Parts: sequence; structure tokens; C-alpha cells
Amino acid sequence: MATLETFETNLEAVRTRITRTNTAGFTDTIAAVIDDPAVGVELPFEDLSLAETGVVCNPTPTQLREAACGVTAATLGVADYGSVILESTPDGAELSALFPETHVIVIRESDVVPDMTAAFETMGERFREGRNDAVIATGPSATADMGELVHGVHGPRETHAIIVEDD
Amino acid sequence: MAADRAQKAERIRHLLATEGASVEENARGFNDGRYESVARLEEYEDYKDRARAIKEDAIEHLPDLIEQVRETVEANGGTVYLAEDAADANRYVREVASDTEADTVVKSKSMTTEEIELNEALEAEGSEVWETDLGEFVLQVAEEAPSHLVAPAIHRSCEDIAHLFNEHFDTDEDLETAQELTDFAREYLGDQIREADLGITGANFVTADTGTMALVTSEGNARKTVAVPDTHVAVAGVEKIIPTFEDLQPFVELIGRSGTGQDITSYVSLFSPPVSTPPVDFESDEPIADDPDDREFHLVLLDNGRMDMREDDQLRETLYCIRCSACANSCANFQSVGGHAFGGETYTGGIATGWEAGVHGQDSAAEFNDLCTGCSRCVNQCPVNIDIPWINTVVRDRINHSGEDGQFDFLVEGLTPDAEPAGLDLQKRFFGNFSTLAKLGSATAPLSNWGADLSPSRWLMERVLGIDRRRELPRFERETFVEWFRNRDVPRSVDADYHAVVYPDLYTNHVRTERGKAAVRTLEALGVAVEVPDVASSGRAPLSQGMVDTAAGHADEVAADLESYLEAGYDVVVIEPSDHAMFQREYEKLLSEEQHESLADRSYEVFEYIYGLLENGADISELRNADRGATEEIAYHSHCQQRTLGLESYTTAVLEDLEYDVLTSDVECCGMAGSFGYKSEYYELSMDVGSRLGEQFETPEAADRTVVASGTSCLEQLDSLLTRQPRHPITLIEPPKS
Repeated sequence: MATLETFETNLEAVRTRITRTNTAGFTDTIAAVIDDPAVGVELPFEDLSLAETGVVCNPTPTQLREAACGVTAATLGVADYGSVILESTPDGAELSALFPETHVIVIRESDVVPDMTAAFETMGERFREGRNDAVIATGPSATADMGELVHGVHGPRETHAIIVEDD
Repeated sequence: MAADRAQKAERIRHLLATEGASVEENARGFNDGRYESVARLEEYEDYKDRARAIKEDAIEHLPDLIEQVRETVEANGGTVYLAEDAADANRYVREVASDTEADTVVKSKSMTTEEIELNEALEAEGSEVWETDLGEFVLQVAEEAPSHLVAPAIHRSCEDIAHLFNEHFDTDEDLETAQELTDFAREYLGDQIREADLGITGANFVTADTGTMALVTSEGNARKTVAVPDTHVAVAGVEKIIPTFEDLQPFVELIGRSGTGQDITSYVSLFSPPVSTPPVDFESDEPIADDPDDREFHLVLLDNGRMDMREDDQLRETLYCIRCSACANSCANFQSVGGHAFGGETYTGGIATGWEAGVHGQDSAAEFNDLCTGCSRCVNQCPVNIDIPWINTVVRDRINHSGEDGQFDFLVEGLTPDAEPAGLDLQKRFFGNFSTLAKLGSATAPLSNWGADLSPSRWLMERVLGIDRRRELPRFERETFVEWFRNRDVPRSVDADYHAVVYPDLYTNHVRTERGKAAVRTLEALGVAVEVPDVASSGRAPLSQGMVDTAAGHADEVAADLESYLEAGYDVVVIEPSDHAMFQREYEKLLSEEQHESLADRSYEVFEYIYGLLENGADISELRNADRGATEEIAYHSHCQQRTLGLESYTTAVLEDLEYDVLTSDVECCGMAGSFGYKSEYYELSMDVGSRLGEQFETPEAADRTVVASGTSCLEQLDSLLTRQPRHPITLIEPPKS
């Protein structure tokens, strides 16, 4: 199976919704999938921006707390696991990915790699270049500590991947 | 001693009744999940080997790696403190808490901080400490210790927790479901996290080259604990260091699968603190990123006995442990009682013996070490290939030697020609010297059997030796298997292709001679020239009591007794799986490499051998057409050690070739495990473990089948669990009597 299809199959298996879009349709797609109020950090991708989407970038603590939705970029997708690599940034990507009820993950098709071996190669390079913090996130926050499986504990209850196709 | 045993039995009975059901459901769920998840990972065995090699290398170069971590973490802007012991670590963290005026401290789950009892140390200084992992939070409210490495509140059901929370928090409306409980805890702990001045985490791994720590979690509490407060302390054992960032990969693939049976947990944080995320001051109205307070990070690397473990040839392997809990989840005894019985001051499950002996001392390990029966089911489940039963055996041996000078009892004097210390527990001494008893038993049978059955002797045996009165004792045969072979009048084959010794293990020789005779007849029918020489017992009995020197003596004798046969090209065929496992696995530790290899390479479990003969052209029709009094449908329970060695399928294949329909059990162990089920303090646990097997063989699909098992203890256990008389599979295939 092609890497992208494997990625999508596994995202679904870990309870992550998927919307495919492209550069032209990106702004409308984000506007359509987010729940208000939404917070986030500006995307590190050329041609993709949250500027016109209604997402509050650089939120205050209160805005962070009250947000229903957080929008951040993923550096990589790992097809075998349906995982995304979320890098922490000085503008607080980790916070927008973690506090709101729903996490909307923006990932480019070209950043999906087949497996952990490939992901660790790329991450290793980036860590040595000074990108120092990342989370391998797979599906929503979960616990079975209260006697059965519950989603949405300290982290998001829902995860939604926006896959931006190669132009 | 009798009083100690009664007390231990009472404690186990209590845990079986109160926590057993919840532990069993969860641990078995994790265990089933692990089998499924690792089966999906194509490179599973390769990753295990890589993980093992990385850990071996890391522990060997640990002093250098500690220095490298210090350099990289300091270059990242953090501080490293190498703490000698618990008190030293606690003092350091208390100082950080005091310097940062930390009124509220939030923690993510960390067994290492449990080990040093950090919460108590911080609370004594006036900080409020909150466990943010939900399982740990439940325990904090209940004032209990974890019962499991990964899922600390595994012993509590949803209903239980609801009751606890409703009482403790006096909520307006009663909480009931897991969802309600989770929502409540999220809100409650969310307040604490927003307030927190200091966040404390553990670390699953720390990489020396980048100063990155990996935190394997699912809830997101560790991420918040790191992100929100501006000061972060991580407490990690020195053994958590691995050389490079890329070395994390095999562990990321293995740890979730090995633990809770998830391919990967929701979050694997890879942080090189101080992290780049800006801290959040929830009292401020400024945008978060515009107010980046300086972050502070302290990595406390804990020795607390670990550097001594590194120097200890037997305990060193413990340091490779990644605390995944696979050894606990795959352990039949753990599945019944959980970590409140099968655990020491901090750590739980099979590997806990190594940890407790290393960090808290032998006394803590002695509390629960006997719950490891050496069944070896955990061995293949460990993602870093630690020989966990061996660590348990070695620690048991050390505990045996640490006892006071004990009394020698009339009943066992003369029955115990071993090299063990006088203070050794009489029960262990008795079971460890079973070979002497068996010889005497056969020599004096049937008198020995009548004597042992009389109630005054059973009372005395229970009182003095702790042999439970509810167990049937083995009945010794007057004519041993070796004597039968010597006395029978059958000419040896002169032009056989195969020559084999059938090893007269203790039980086959003295108690279940019929299976030895069936094995000889079967092999001869398939064209093998058989010998049954008088060979020493394997040493399994003393080894399982932790009598390593005595077991090594047996191993030497066996090697000497078989030497001439091996040199003459004989194979060695072993009926009792636990003895076969001795030759294959434990003799590696007890004999020279050359001696072990020559025996291990040439010895076969009896069905493995028969399968090989049939594959190489032996005529199966020699074994057909006998009326053996069995149904065509078989329920087969393989022996735990046989399964660890991957040998179960040979028995199944041969039986199926003979047109039996075979249903196999899938429990980890029958619960008898040699002497374990005879011991009065463990009788009820043994029966509880056994009940899982009993239930499988009482299902409608299995209830009418002839029950078959390979191990002596399994047969005894099945005999007590079922009304059907179980049999050894060799009695189902022996040739028709002419």
C-alpha cells in the first residue's frame, strides 16, 4: 500500500479524523473544520497560513484555556503507526496542541514517512541542528486508569488531521 | 515457621478475594494485547536484540555516558545532579522546591520517585504535591502503593474508584462511570497544574548525545507537567541513559507493545529540557509567547545501589529493564494476586526481585521472591531478553545464605545431603532434596506410600515442612524405570540408525514409570536403539528452591553420567519438560560452555525427537491401531518451560499425525510449578491460577475430551482440578502391544 494510504488507514485506527485539501483550498478547509474559539501557532510552511482562518495565534492563557480547538503543524507523519511528530516551538505550539478539546493537525503529504526508522533519521538530524523538543502523538489522549478506556484526559479528546496534498 | 506460613496464606487469601478479580482482568488483558501487538511487528525479534545490545553497551560505558549527559544537558541550559541515594536525591529536589518557593508541585508518573519516596520528602517541607497521572492520583487519594509498574491502580475497579472518590471529595452528585471519574479528575488536577510552581517527571530514557529524555505516556499529564510551570525536575535512575538519539527507536517500537499491548502509547515526548515551549502563567493577561520567563531544568540522576548492581555479575541484567511490565502481565501468579503480593517496597512483578535486591536490599526481595516459580513464561516476553527467573533464583540462593543459623530437624536430617547453609528453610531443604526422598520412597514402597498417607504424618508434614494436607502426594513405584529397563528381556537392535538415551528424570524413574516405558517402546518401534542408564537427577528441584550450589553438583553428575554416551554418538531424549529446560537453559549457568553445549545440542524433548524421526522417514504406522482408551478428541496442556523453548508444536503435530483432534490451552502456567502448589502458604494461589486452566478444559468444547499434559506437575494439578484422569501424551502414541 502506498505510504499515504497506510497513513490514513492508521490515523483512522487511532481515532483521528482526516480531511484532505490542497494549498488553494487550505484556508476554507481550516475555517470549515475548526470549532470556535480556536487558537494555534502560525504554520512553518510556505504558502500555508492561519492568517485568514479565524484561528487566534499567540493566545493569552485565558484564550488558551477557553479554546475549543487548537491548530498546529506536524513536522512528520509516520504511516505505520498513524503518528504525527509535533515539535515544540517558542511560540507555544505544544500548548495549542495540548489544552483544547480538539487538536487539528496540519500535515503536508510530502512529510509523511513510511515508518519509525525514517522518522528517527529525520528527527535525529533536526535534533542535532537544534530543534530540541518533539512529541510523537498518536490519536487522542487516553486512559484506562478509571476502570475502562476513556478518551480526553489531560490532552485533547479528539484529533483531526488536515492533509495538504502536494501541488 | 508454621505461623509465618499461615500468615502468608492469609495475606494471599485476602488479596485473592479483594484485588484478584480486577488484577486478573487487567493483567490478562494487557498480556493478550501484547501477544497480538508484537505479532503485528515484523521485526520484533530484531528490535529485541537491538534493544538488548544498546542496554548492554550503555551499562558497560555508564560512567562515561553520565559525564556526556552532564555536558549535553548543561549545554542545553539545564543542570545535572548525580544523587548517591534516596536521601541525597530528596535533599536536592527539596532545595529546588524551596528556591523556587514551590507551594504546588505537580508530578507525572514516576516509579523512580516512588522508590525514593519523594512526595513525602517534599510534603515534609510544606509543598503540596499532586500526582497528575490518573492511576497515581487514585492511589494518592487511597493512600496506597502501586500494584503494577505501568498501571498502578490495576487492582481497583471502576466501581471501587467511584466509591473512593465520592467519599473523599464529597461531590454534589455521585460519580459513577469511568467517563465521569476521568472528567472529574481532569478538572481537579487541571486546577493544580495551572497553579503549579514546579513540575516533576521521571524519564523512560535519556540520550547522552542530545540530552533528550523520552517520556512514554497516554494522558498528556506529563506534557502539561513539563509545559506549564517554569521549573522542571526530572528524576531518573542512571541506568536510563542510552548513547544516542537514534537508539530510542527500537524502544519506541517495543515499549507500548510489551507493556499494555498498544502498538504505541498516545504520547512519546522527546524533550531536551529546558524545553522551548514558553511557560504559562494563568494569572497573566499577556499573550503567552510574549512573556517567556526563563526556564529552569534539573536532571537528578539516581544511583541508589545501581552502580553496585552494575558490578554484580548476576544483578547487572536488571539494569537493562525498561519497566514495561511484560514480566508481570505474563506471570500466572501475578495475574492472580498483583503487585501488592508480588512486589517489594516499590517494584512489582518478576523483575522486581532484581530491583528490590539492588535498591532496597535483600529483605525487601525476600518478601515476595518465592512467588516466582521459575516457570519461565516471562523470558520470551521481556523486550530486552533478561533471564528474569535466573535473577529470582540467584536472589533466592542469597536469601537462603543470609538466614540465621537454624535448627536441624530430625525429619529432614539424612534426607538433605546438600551443600546448603544450616539455616536454610526446612521446606526448601526438603523439596530441594527430593531426589533423596524419591530413592528412599521407591526402595521402601509400598510402605513409604502408606506411611505418607496416614493423617498423623500429613499433619506433621504440614506443621514442619509446610506441605499442604489438601494435596495428594506422589506414589512411589517399587521398581524404578531404570530397574525395569535393566530387568527386561528385549534384545538390543544391532543396526539402528539412531541411538538414544531416555533420560530417567526423577518422576519418570520413581513415580510415573509408565511414561518412561511408553517412551522406550515408542522409540524402539520407530527404529531407535535405546538405553536407560542410571543418570543423576537434573538439579531442577534444588534449583527451584534457590539451592544453586546443590543444583550445580547435580549438573556435574549428569554431565559425567552422560559423557560416554554423548561421545559414542547417542542422543538424549527427555520426557520431563522442566528437566529438558534445565539442560537447554539453566545448565548454561551451571556447567562449562563446552559441557553445556554438547548436552544441549544433543538433547531433545521426547515429542521433538519423535517428530524428527517421523520427518526423517520413520514409519508412523508402527504407532497406529492401538486401543489406548482415549477419545479421538484431545485437550492438551503444554508445559510452561516447554512453550518457552518453542516445543509445544511437536506434540500437537505428532498427535495430529495420529489423527487426534487436538485443542490446546492458552494459560501461561497451570499453577502447580513443581513444589509450589504443595506449599501450604501457596496452595490457594496455586489453585486460583489452576482454575483458569480448569475452566478452559470444562468448556463445552473441551469437556468430553481426553486431557493430556506433558509436565508432571501439570498432570498433578489437572488431576486435582478435573474429574477426568489426565495422561501424558506419550501414553497416547505408544505402539500396540504385540
